[in-house]
Amino acid sequence: MAARTSLPRAIAAHAVLLSYTIIALFPVFVIVINSFKSRRAIFSNPLALPTRESFDLVGYHTVLQQGDFLLYFQNSMIVTTASLFFVLLFGAMAAFALSEYRFRGNLLMGLYLALGIMIPIRLGTVAILEMMVASGLVNTLFALILIYTAQGLPLAIFILSEFMRSVSDDLKNAGRIDGLSEYRIFFTLVLPLVRPAMATVAVFTMIPIWNDLWFPLIIAPGESTKTITLGAQVFIGQFVTNWNAVLAALSLSILPVLVLYLIFSRQLIRGITAGAVK
Amino acid sequence: MTALELKSVTKSFGTAEVIGGVDLAVAEGEFCVFVGPSGCGKSTLLRIIAGLEDASSGDIIMAGRRVNDIPPARRELAMVFQSYALYPHLSVRGNMGLALKQAGARRAEIEAATARAAEMLDLGALLDRRPAELSGGQRQRVAIGRAIVRRPRLFLFDEPLSNLDAALRVATRIEIARLHRELGATMIYVTHDQVEAMTLADRIVVLRAGRIEQQGAPMALYNDPANTFVAGFIGSPQMNFLRGEAMGERAAQIGVRPEHLEVSVAKGQIEGTVSHLERLGGETLVYVHTAAHGLLTVRLFGEHDFDVGGAVWLTPDPARVFRFDESGARLR
Repeated sequence: MAARTSLPRAIAAHAVLLSYTIIALFPVFVIVINSFKSRRAIFSNPLALPTRESFDLVGYHTVLQQGDFLLYFQNSMIVTTASLFFVLLFGAMAAFALSEYRFRGNLLMGLYLALGIMIPIRLGTVAILEMMVASGLVNTLFALILIYTAQGLPLAIFILSEFMRSVSDDLKNAGRIDGLSEYRIFFTLVLPLVRPAMATVAVFTMIPIWNDLWFPLIIAPGESTKTITLGAQVFIGQFVTNWNAVLAALSLSILPVLVLYLIFSRQLIRGITAGAVK
Repeated sequence: MTALELKSVTKSFGTAEVIGGVDLAVAEGEFCVFVGPSGCGKSTLLRIIAGLEDASSGDIIMAGRRVNDIPPARRELAMVFQSYALYPHLSVRGNMGLALKQAGARRAEIEAATARAAEMLDLGALLDRRPAELSGGQRQRVAIGRAIVRRPRLFLFDEPLSNLDAALRVATRIEIARLHRELGATMIYVTHDQVEAMTLADRIVVLRAGRIEQQGAPMALYNDPANTFVAGFIGSPQMNFLRGEAMGERAAQIGVRPEHLEVSVAKGQIEGTVSHLERLGGETLVYVHTAAHGLLTVRLFGEHDFDVGGAVWLTPDPARVFRFDESGARLR
């Protein structure tokens, strides 16, 4: 108790956390303030807050008038939420099978499915592109969803199977004796109890997908399938870069992922295990 | 009629044998208790009966029907778990009615069965609460209610009282005994607590390392144990084991229960010193250190006083001693 209330310790802990927060948030802060400034003000004093003279919404005007920008947003949302859905669904199902059932090759299967954590999926880009070309999926959002689902599954299975092991066997057995099918046991008994773990996985899965530039650029660079990160690249030229527009696009692209994060972080904290067992 | 019959049932996990050939017949309406130390396979045996584990070999027969390949839900049994295992997302009513709902019963029928079970267990006021809003004792009553609603042929209890505090444990134990009388159902009950076994059972099955050591009525096991394991497991405090040689007997070990040792400060058969005294009000436990046999426990009824460190003499009741050979088997 003494350690917890000690003032110097509290100050030291807060100093470390605050300085980390400042370092982490500073680039975001700079992007956001500069997106509200005129081009001249961005270059003359990049760290200054927008003033009455330098305040300018030209970046946002450019981005929104570009027309297709809402489409890019929509594409990013579709790809991210669909991939997230499949990663959580299939990841949880695989994790349940690995943690719940004894079968030959269980351990090997678990290792195989976790292998993807160590091997980056981008190493397979050429093969993936060939496959997508062969199956006619180039320039479709479906191709991106498939890739991101594959990319997110290994970590999801790894984290979720650890959590599923901690769900009370008695609860699952009670369901079996009451005549629930394995699917009902999985969806109505087990999934609600691992919700905090699902939220963790969701956050870890969602952010790299939303931010990814690599696969949209290679697999789906067409106008109708561009994602927001790829879309923002229009304003970056070899010779001239429209910084107002780039910064405005980036600021806007933070919003949806922030909303998704807020939704899941509420779940992160909530646990409904209380009362189920012991 | 036999409600349940096990025929040379075995269970192995990989190369480890957990259950090694169990034969057992449980009569209709019997209260059968599996008792043994942890790891003796009693819970595994119960799960095999429930159908939650497959037996590696042998037959499980319920009411004349071989049920090895029948899933748990169709074996017409209900199970009460140590951790209650209530469904957290359902109300008490929902928890109790789920099995009937799954079986396709009509709503009115489910309502009636739930109400009847709630009345038996005094759960009426709790029907609309969630498990999270109940105390441990209430949760276990709901779990028992959930079992009653199904009207099963066979009730299975897996250490149902282990998570309750001492007072609730006694109350719930009495409740279970009352339910058994009222329902007249066949019950199989797993516990490591010999008091629960003695108080509830029509028949106790003592298990060790996946095998049945002895089975019989509680008093039969108490008065006529087959070996040192059963003799030591049944009865509290534990039976004293004396060295036969030092007692001038041919047997390797002599077993005497603490209540069958007489203690005197003047004379007796075994000399020792009082090392500790426990006064429980209704009875007094005297721990006596002896040179020949180590620490012995004596149980006296009523209040008694001895000086710790003082010399005493102990004399076993010759009619109540048990003789065992080197392997621990009873000599008769």
